Formats: sequence, C-alpha cells, structure tokens
Amino acid sequence: MKKKIVSILLVAAMAATMALGCGNNGGGSSSAASSAASSSAKKEIKVGIINNDPSESGYRTANDKDLKNTFTEANGYKATFAYGKNNDEQITAAKKMINDGIDYLLLSAADTAGWDSVLKDAQKAGTKVILFDRTIDADESLYEASVVSDMAKEGEMAVNWLKDQKLSAYNIIHIQGQMGTAAQKGRTGALDAQVKADSANWKLVTQQTANWKAEEAEQIVASVIAKGTKFNVIYAENDDMAKGAVQALDKKNIAHGVDKDVIVIGFDCNKWALQELLDKKWNYDGQCNPFQSSYLVDVINKLEKGEKLEKKTIVMDEKGFDAKTITKEDVEKYGI
Amino acid sequence: MEKVLEMKGICKSFPGVKALSDVNFSLNPGEIHALMGENGAGKSTLIKVLTGVYSKDEGEIILDGKAVSIGSPQDAQNKGISTVYQEITLCPNLTVAENMYIGRDKKVIQNWKKMNEGANWMLKNLDIPATATQQLGDCSLAVQQMVAIARAVDMDCKVLILDEPTSSLDEQEVEKLFKLMRDLKAKGVGIIFVTHFLEQVYEVCDKITVLRDGKFVGEYTVAECPRVQLVSKMLGKEFDDLAEIKENKVEEDVDIDAYVFEAEGLTSDQGIAPFDFTISKGEVNGFTGLLGSGRSECVRAIFGADRVTGGTVKVNGKTVKINKPIDAMRNGIAYLPEDRKGDGIVGELSVRENIILALQVMKGFFKPFSKAEANKFADEYIKLLGIKTASADTPIKSLSGGNQQKCIVARWLLTHPQYLILDEPTRGIDVGTKVDIQKLVLKLASEGVAVTFISSETDEMLRTCSRLVVMRDRKVVGELKGADLNQNKIMSTIAGGDEGGEN
Amino acid sequence: MEKTKFQVKDLFKNQFMIPLAALLALVLFNLIMDPSFFAITFSPNAQGTMVFGGQLVTIIDYGSELALLAMGMALVTAASGGQDISVGAGIAVSGSLILRVLCGGNSRPESLQAPIFVAVLCGILAAMAIGAFNGMLVAYFKIQPMVATLIMFTAGRSIASWFNNNELPVLTDPAFGYAGNTIPGCPIPSPVLIAILCMIIMALILKFTNLKLYVQAAGINERSARLNGLNPTVIKFATYVILGVFVGIAGFIKVSRLSTINYTSIAKDIEMDAILAVALGGNPLGGGKFSIAASVIGAYVIQFLTQTLYKFDVSSAALPAYKAVVVIILVVASAPAVREWFQSKFKKIKSNDKKEVA
Repeated sequence: MKKKIVSILLVAAMAATMALGCGNNGGGSSSAASSAASSSAKKEIKVGIINNDPSESGYRTANDKDLKNTFTEANGYKATFAYGKNNDEQITAAKKMINDGIDYLLLSAADTAGWDSVLKDAQKAGTKVILFDRTIDADESLYEASVVSDMAKEGEMAVNWLKDQKLSAYNIIHIQGQMGTAAQKGRTGALDAQVKADSANWKLVTQQTANWKAEEAEQIVASVIAKGTKFNVIYAENDDMAKGAVQALDKKNIAHGVDKDVIVIGFDCNKWALQELLDKKWNYDGQCNPFQSSYLVDVINKLEKGEKLEKKTIVMDEKGFDAKTITKEDVEKYGI
Repeated sequence: MEKVLEMKGICKSFPGVKALSDVNFSLNPGEIHALMGENGAGKSTLIKVLTGVYSKDEGEIILDGKAVSIGSPQDAQNKGISTVYQEITLCPNLTVAENMYIGRDKKVIQNWKKMNEGANWMLKNLDIPATATQQLGDCSLAVQQMVAIARAVDMDCKVLILDEPTSSLDEQEVEKLFKLMRDLKAKGVGIIFVTHFLEQVYEVCDKITVLRDGKFVGEYTVAECPRVQLVSKMLGKEFDDLAEIKENKVEEDVDIDAYVFEAEGLTSDQGIAPFDFTISKGEVNGFTGLLGSGRSECVRAIFGADRVTGGTVKVNGKTVKINKPIDAMRNGIAYLPEDRKGDGIVGELSVRENIILALQVMKGFFKPFSKAEANKFADEYIKLLGIKTASADTPIKSLSGGNQQKCIVARWLLTHPQYLILDEPTRGIDVGTKVDIQKLVLKLASEGVAVTFISSETDEMLRTCSRLVVMRDRKVVGELKGADLNQNKIMSTIAGGDEGGEN
Repeated sequence: MEKTKFQVKDLFKNQFMIPLAALLALVLFNLIMDPSFFAITFSPNAQGTMVFGGQLVTIIDYGSELALLAMGMALVTAASGGQDISVGAGIAVSGSLILRVLCGGNSRPESLQAPIFVAVLCGILAAMAIGAFNGMLVAYFKIQPMVATLIMFTAGRSIASWFNNNELPVLTDPAFGYAGNTIPGCPIPSPVLIAILCMIIMALILKFTNLKLYVQAAGINERSARLNGLNPTVIKFATYVILGVFVGIAGFIKVSRLSTINYTSIAKDIEMDAILAVALGGNPLGGGKFSIAASVIGAYVIQFLTQTLYKFDVSSAALPAYKAVVVIILVVASAPAVREWFQSKFKKIKSNDKKEVA
C-alpha cells in the first residue's frame, strides 16, 4: 500500500515535470528558419526532437523555444518533443519515436555514451539521425550530421579578445564551470594554453571551480580579495559566475568594466548579462549559440533533396560581444 | 558425576563498580540450574563472562575438566556453550530452517534441501510445532523461542543458557518450553536458567545458585530451599514483607456511590467484547486472564490508548469523551503500559524528562517547567520511590528494568491521578521492587486513589486487589471478590469451569 | 563523582565537542599557515557604505542559509528519523515565487510590482506548503522521509521555472538586494543579521515552549509519546512545516543576493550540506535527541572548510576529494557510537590513573 502511494506520487511528479516542460509553447516570434519552410511545405516531414530539460538553464530554454518555433506545422513539420534528464529517459523516448515512424530524429543527448544500439535501430527503420548541441561517442556512420558549438573556439575568441586589450600584465581569476563538462573543458583549455604560451605576462591568480554557481564564485573572489592578491581580469565560464564575482568586487568597491580596474568576462549571452555589457560594467561575453534550428533545417532540406553534406560536423557561428561595441539590438537579438 | 562446567572465584570489575567478586558456579550434565538474584546482583555479568562477551579479571572456567579461556561469543559457541536471550535475536523474515542454520558455518554454498530436512528432523525430535520452511515471524513467540533453543542445541551444546526465556510467554507456552527443557535435560544437556519467576524455578529446576550484590550467596537444591528462604537470600535479609502485605490488605467495603470511573459497553478496535466496568475511590481492582485474553486491551480502551469504537464512560458521575490518551489524562486517569520498553520509557531522554513528561504534556506546549521545577519534581520522586540512578540527567535506558519502571510510576504519580491503571508493573523486575510497588499501590488506595492492577502472577493480585475482573477470549467472564478471591476460584473462572455453558 | 569537576570523558559525552573541535582545528590550521586569514577589513562598498570584509566575514555571510536550514533539518531529523532532501528545490520554488510576485509576469520590470514583504511572505508560504506536503507524506502516510521528499526533490525545480514561465527574471531595484547583501549604512551583511535573528527566535521558542521535549519524545519512542498525551503525527508534520519556514527565508536570501535566479544551480546540493551539518553536530540521523546549536556550528564548520580550501587554492579537480576526506573524518568522529567509544577509553585511562594514585 505504502509503496503504491509512493510510486503513484513519483510517477505523478515526473509526469508533472514533463508536462511543465512540454507546456512551454513560448509565444515569441520565430527567430530563424521560416525561410526554409516553403520549399518543403508540400510534404509533411515527421521529426522527433529529443532534448534536455528546458528548465536546466537559460541556454536550454532559448534552445527549446527556438526549436518549437521552427518545427511547426505551418512550416511543414509534424514534430514531437521529448525531454529527459538522463540517457534512460531519452533512449526510451527515442525508441518510441522510431517505432512511430518518424523521418528525422534530432537528438541532444544527456550523456555521450550508450547510444549505439538505438542509432542502429534508427538506421534499420530508415530514420535519419541529426545530432545537435552535443556530440556522442558513436560511429560517424550512425548519424547524418551533428550541429554543435565549438566550446574551445568560444574560449579562444574570448582569450584572443583579451590578448587584444594589450594589458601590461594579466593577473586572472579563473572561475571554472562544473569540472568535466564540455563547456568547462573548452573554455578552460583556451585560457590554459595562452597562460602556458606567455607565462611571463599571463598569470592565474587562482583557478577554481564554482560549479556554475554564482554564490561559489563570489566566495572564491572574496577569498582572493581578502588575501590581498592583485588581479585585473575575471574570466568566468558562465554569466552566473561572472555575476557572483562582480558582487564580490562591489562589496569591496573595486571598479570593474570598461576602462576600469578589473576586466570581467562571462559566457552564454544571457540578456541580463548583455545588459551589463551595455552598461559598461562588464567587458566581454562569449556566445554559446542556442539557435540551432536554422542549421538543422538546412541539413534536413539538403537531405530531402538528396544532396550530400560537405561535412558531418557543422560548427555554428558564434559571436563574442565587446562592451565597447555592443548595441541595444544585439542585446535583444542575441540575449537569451 | 563429572561436572560439565565449573566457574571458580570469578571476579569482574567495571570502573567504579565491582560487578562480580569471587563467584562460584557449577553445572552437572543433565541438570537444570537456576541462577537467581535481584537486578544488579551480577547474573547477566556472570553469563556474559561465561559467553565471552566480557573478559574476567580473575578466576577460572573449567569446561569438561579442562581450564579454558573464552575470548568471544563465537569462541563460547565453539566450545559448546549456547545462549538463548530474552529478546528473540533471530530474523522473523527468514524461514525456521534458515534461522536454525544461518551463519553457523562458513560454507558459501548451502544445500537447502539437506538443511530443511535436518531442521525438520530436529523440530520433530524436540517436538516443536513448526515446519522448516515456515516463516519464523508467523510462529508464536513461544515457538520462536523454541526455534532459538533448537538452533542452540543443534550446535552440539553441552551448556545451554536460557536468559529470561519465559517473560514474554503465556502459561501454556511456558509449559511447552519446560517440556523441551526436560527433554534436553534427559539428553544430558546442562541448562542454566535465569528467571524472575519463582514458581518456574520450583517447577523445573534441580538446583539454585543465588547471587547478591555481585557476591556468591550459595548453591542449594530446590528441596532444601523453599520460596520464602530463597527470597530472603536474594534480598539479604530476613524478609517477611510479603506476609505483611497480605495482612494490610484493604478489605473494607467500598462506597458504591463514589464511582470514580464508570464504563458501559466500552469497546475498542482491538476486538474486545463490549464490557461494563466501575471503580470507586480508594479501591484496588484487577483484570486477570491468560495472556491475550484481552485484559490489557480493556484498560487501553479505558485510557483511550487504542481507538475506542463504542460505549460511554463517566468520570465522577459525569459523562466524558475519551478518545485519546490526553483526554483520559485530563480526567485524572493515568496508565502505566504493559510494554515498558516499547510504550513506557523514552529511552534516550533523561530520568528527569521521563518523570515530568506526562505532567508537562498536560500543562501545555507553551508552558514548560523551569529547570528548577523539573529538578524539584525529579528529585522528589527519585527519593520517594528510591529510584537508583546516578543523577536525574542519566538517560533512562541505562537504568535497570525495575528502576525504569519506578520512573514511569513516578511520571504518573506526578500527575496526581484519581484513577491509576498499572498494567503488569512488576513484570521482569526484581523481587525488591515488586514488593515496593505492591506496597505503593496499597498506600495510594488508602489515600483515596482508585487503582487497577494487572499482573500475570495471580498471587500478586490476590495480595493487592479487593476485586478481580476475569477475562477469557477477549470477554469479561466474571467478577470475583471477598471469599471468592483465591487461586482455585480464579483458575476455574479463567478455565470456564463455573459457567460450563460458555466456551 | 563531583559534578563541578571538569572531566575529560564528559567532553566526549557532549555533542558540541566534535563540531567545536573541528572548528578549533580549522582555526588553528589557518592561524599557523597564514594568520591573515582572520584579518577583518572595514572599507566602503560600491554603494559607499562602510562594510566589514575578509575571509571570516565571507564565512558567516555565506554560512547563513546553511545555518538556517541546519536548524530546521535538525528538527525534522529528530522527529521523523529521516531527512528532507527537497530543501534545495524548495529554495528554488520560494525564490522563484518571490521574483514572480515582484516582477508581475514581466521578466524585466522597471519597478517592483508588489511590496517586498508581500513577495517574501508568499515565498515563505510556498516553502511551508512544500514542507506540509512532505510532512503529510511522512507523518500521515508513514513514507520514508527520503522517499517522500524525493518527489519534491524531483519536481521542485521544474515548478520553480514554471512559476516564471521558464524565463529568468532580473530585478533592477537595489532595495531588493538589501537582504542578500548589505543595507546602506549597515556594515554587517544582511544574511548574517537575518540568520542571527532566526537563531534568537529559535532559541526563544526552545526556551519558552516544549518543542524540544515533544520532538525528542516523538522521535525516540512514538508509542510512548502517544500514551503520554502527545500526538506524534502532528509533531512530525509540524517539524516539516517549520523547516519550510527556514527554506523560505533561505530562498529569499539566495535570490536577493543576485536579484535573479538560476533554477538548476540555485542552492544546488544544499540539502546534502544541511544533512551534513546535522550529522557534524553529533545528532543521530536516525532521530531522537538533537541539538540545534550543534547543528548550526556544524553548518559553519562546513562553510569554514570550504573557504579554507578556496584560500589555499586547492585545484578544482581535487576540491571535492579534500572536502570528502575532512567530512568523513568529522562525521565518523561525531557519530554517537564513536563518541561512546572515546568516552569509554577515557574512562579507562581515568580509572588507571586512579589505580596508580592509589
């Protein structure tokens, strides 16, 4: 009896979670891809989209919204969405979609491993698989294309921008994301390489993980300030952590932003973060492009026409914004 | 006859306490030997030394003529000393056979068929009414106890220690257990029997060794040591209080108009037949019947401890609603539950907190007693009842059973009840405390408190109660008073001899 | 035994011993390695108010939410013999609701759409409602606390994001940030003040009510508590609601710190730290006796440890490992069984001493 109640409640809770995710049919206007719709309007293309939980982050929310606005019936698609926080949930959803006879499976996998058998099933059933956002550890032959962000490139762009500031010395507080995630590895790699290459001028005052959390970032920066170590750059691997770091600076009235004592770098281009750039309180924000749908539509159109793709891995264009050049339009257009 | 076990000059001290000093004990094969003493006399320490739980400071243990040292309970087991404890230490969710064999050898692979066959043979041999594949939890407590004994015996034991095995059994179950003990005795096993029940000692034992305050008092054959002597040896004084009590017994007729509590057709969700009941100021009555006859359930219904499903109750002539314990408490009713450990004490809390608990709850959530008040109450009752505790701050669970019981009594006395229900207040506690509690009951009654006293020991009830409600099969079957108050009459009423029609 | 005499074994009996010893060890370690750890600065912040700063201030500032949760968690643990693992999710829900009320549906409002105290009240009520839900499952349906609270643990953050339609609202009104940072003119971080206020209230409740006796009685022996006129079911339920109050306040502090929310990362894993604080405080996790003060000390020990690790630039990859090692040592040392063992060891030494003297 007791067990039954528990399981019913758990199921209900999970269903609620799902429903909440699915229920979000954001009303905003579509950002991209409507152009591609007309060409394939005659035939309805069935796509199954497996994504991560949209409430996971602002990035994911924007990503989900973008996909929902693109793969609409008006644009000639019959799309089913499924969300999962782990592979098990996602694989179950994928199997069901393949059985339902979808034409394309668009997949952003929660974990990189463990997809081989599902993808083989898809191949047998004639379902074409396109990965987006994240690659997986599977043979390239099992999918048609993968649309990804190049996290390392994001890091490189930020580091190159920083190099261009031509500071006499770089004393950097490096606040890392959760260790082992793709974004952390890419963004850390670029900075580490530069510090190694020019160790005379580039120094890491501290390098510490704040697990994407603002509070932890603030504590790390507060600790550096209390130690009295000099620094002039904060390189935070996401916006939240940059915000936390800035909070610590404000508490000690340390000036930051354009032409101030400390340069602040964040990632992900949250709207509020770009606003900080516009206000000249931060210096740079690297984009992690959540708008993959135009690329996906592109790939689908090519495959529908029977064209061959030049490369399986398609890297999206990503921007980096400088506080000196950012405009209000940028904030609205690229902010997530 | 060659002695199977001899313990000579055993000494054991704990910091600050000399638990055993120069204790001797010997056991012949095929003998049932009672180990007697009040709580704290050193019985359990001696048992624990013998089973390797404690290491002895001095003395020697001779097993089968050879001096041995016993390092651990496992070691004791290997040397042929098995123990069955008061609380059943088996796993109720395993089968009988599994319980008998599990953990006994280091085999990884178990031959289940062979194991079950072996268990069945053993059960049959010992005449235990259980089958090997039955779940242990489905058996009655007595059978579980017997399975524990079977497990012990099957491990080729020469010495079997039974530590209070009968305290949770009813009379029939005890009989079965005694039969098993006699069978084992005939097979040449030496049995050490630790118990509080005097009758049982005289029923089944051959010899008695008495300990007092960690010292060896003497070893006697049952014939040479009658009951009164045994008690006086255990208590260490020429003791005639038992007799005294009898004379003091309240005999005067009670004023029937001054009912403190009346119940009509009271019943609860525990399956007792609706019953009527009254008690007057200053009266001591009792509920008697076999274990499981419903006597505890009746008083629990009175106190609102179980869900009351019917009937009306009056307190001092006024109809009141008693649905939960707090209602009863507000009406001046107090209830000392049967299961001290499970229902009575709050183990980790201090003696003081345990004593003030009920009164504090009655006073209310927002009115805690000050530390001084609480201490005053605690000290007063520790003194009044002679509770032996290091301090009022000591957790109650570290006290002996008798002293725990006194704390619970203190808890309810502190609420100054007009009606006090004592359900088995003397179970599992030493003779001295038993007498104290009986005296206390009579004293309270003389002060005008109505008391219901329940005990498994009929003679105890005969000594204290002026009226007995007799129960059988969850029904009230009779009420005895005056000249009818004697063992025979009680027995025949319980058995249904008088009212042959009922059964 | 004289009562007034100081005895080593009594130290081990006292459950404050281990968290205090841990705190002392951390203090000594830092004192030896670098006394500047304890430097307290007094300088203006960006708003021009003179504020205290330094590592110690950061510790008590950031330990505030954890200390609040540790108080509630100690009660829940004592009464129900289990822990609430949904407090992090509860913080997300209350924080999100506070922002929702203040934003009034617009994720970037120009001005606050409701008075702050109304929003905070809503946030606290929401957290209490979650507490009541958990409490109901635990007390009335007798579900294992960890399983019962797993439901909110799973669903809470989704509910939080649903309140704001999956948007990330940002408040610009500086007044909202006062609770998480500093009030202009006050040199002490507001979270510290809030935490101290809550502790004082809690201390008063413990002093002027029977909360402790009731909770302990219900947690140690439910049946006995019932027979003494208590209602253990209501008591258990109430502890979850009380924890809800603390969760609501912690949620307010958390969102006030940043004036925004991140549904996945806000107060992530804080339930584990709260449970850890209770364990470090020497409270048996199986319920029964408890000490709120010891749990609070436990919370600050955790924060002290984190800050020490930051201070010594432990590498990111090794940080959890260092933390884990220290935590294991502390938890094992504060386990009641180990305390008893220490106690008996010291008793032995003591009695040996006596013998030698004699």
